[in-house]
Amino acid sequence: MSAVLVKTTINGDTVEYACQPDEPLLDVLRNRLGLTGAKEGCGTGDCGACSVIVDGRLVCSCLVLGAEMDGKTLETIEGMADGDKLHPLQQQFIDHAALQCGICTPGFLIAAKALLAKNPDPSEEEIRFGLAGNLCRCTGYDKIVRAVQAAAKEMRGA
Amino acid sequence: MRYESPATTKEACALLAKEKGSAFVLAGGTDLLVKMKAGMLEPDLVVDIKRIKGMREIRKSASGFVIGAATPNAALSENAALLKAWPGVVEAAQLIGSKQVQGRCTMAGNLCNASPAADSVPALVAAGAKVVVAGTKGKRKLAVEDVPAGVGRTVLKRGEIIEAIELPAKKAKSGDAYLRFIPRTEMDIAVVSCAVNLSIDGKGVITAARVALGAVAPTVLLVKEAAKALIGSKLDDAAKAKLAAAASAACRPIDDKRGTVEFRTDVAGVLARRAAEIAYARAGGK
Repeated sequence: MSAVLVKTTINGDTVEYACQPDEPLLDVLRNRLGLTGAKEGCGTGDCGACSVIVDGRLVCSCLVLGAEMDGKTLETIEGMADGDKLHPLQQQFIDHAALQCGICTPGFLIAAKALLAKNPDPSEEEIRFGLAGNLCRCTGYDKIVRAVQAAAKEMRGA
Repeated sequence: MRYESPATTKEACALLAKEKGSAFVLAGGTDLLVKMKAGMLEPDLVVDIKRIKGMREIRKSASGFVIGAATPNAALSENAALLKAWPGVVEAAQLIGSKQVQGRCTMAGNLCNASPAADSVPALVAAGAKVVVAGTKGKRKLAVEDVPAGVGRTVLKRGEIIEAIELPAKKAKSGDAYLRFIPRTEMDIAVVSCAVNLSIDGKGVITAARVALGAVAPTVLLVKEAAKALIGSKLDDAAKAKLAAAASAACRPIDDKRGTVEFRTDVAGVLARRAAEIAYARAGGK
């Protein structure tokens, strides 16, 4: 297999990489670029632990080929905080203890960010449906929902 | 494996036709990449069609809507005109998977994957949608119901790809709806599904109807007897009973872990009745 050369934008930085044609974006991020925030839970698009945002759309990076990313704009969990200042969602997840083992957390944060970008004032039901593609085996989801509600309120300036 | 992302449909068809090994189209990849991961498929060539002009666009014209084959389902509900004209189609497409899957998956992919339980397919069939198929020898149009040839198989030939899905313009006083049964509230595969599209006259009498069932046969079914049960009625109880009976009679389902033959056959009638009620209300009937 000959490698594919890709030039893309990740969290505002121009990044170039060479990857195998059948290599998932998740593997490119983790193994080639050292961006290990996105996690591999299932590898088949069911758990959402590898969630990233490509050109404004939430996707599972395990179901995207690295080769597809040429000219795209990618947002990952590594770009969520502003230097040392956590994103309101990140801070509210801590304040609400919305995580235990933490494997699913980067995916939940990215999915919640994508949800609030489209719907700044979601109902509890909309949050639960919006995050249905992210699985958490520790928290029982309730604290995650409360954290997203609190962050949404904070981000609306309410 | 080779990865190609051609700029034109012609190039894409030529690449697929020329490949001697196994070749697959990549649109959203939510089926293809899962099958590759599971080792069910080992492609020699993957042709990404997303860089072809128009493949990710929804265009509205006097004759209806043209939806590029690589348009992600998440884009469907963002198109206000499409949502207003074909709410049943948009709802069906958006029942597939999670938000993450919606960001990638396509209706054309759903059709070509040819699962009997594909959510968007019954809704497209009820809507009377067509697909534009491009090949090395030119283009042809097919009704959506004529694309699946069996479980996991389509009538598309080597070197052919679906370029777009065409939905007709919405008729005055018409409405469509799609319902599926799943044991959960989301993120599941249809055990039975039904789509209804109907038109009414000024008095509320149904003048035209199409009824499609999913997950009750190897391919999605267009049930003409069920449509006949509706036409000429005001969706009274007798018509609903006839509709349900016709829908159940058309079922040829399998027994599996998700539902028995008896359950699927019975629920098909229930869903047909309920989908018809929603479609009738959307058409402006009371």
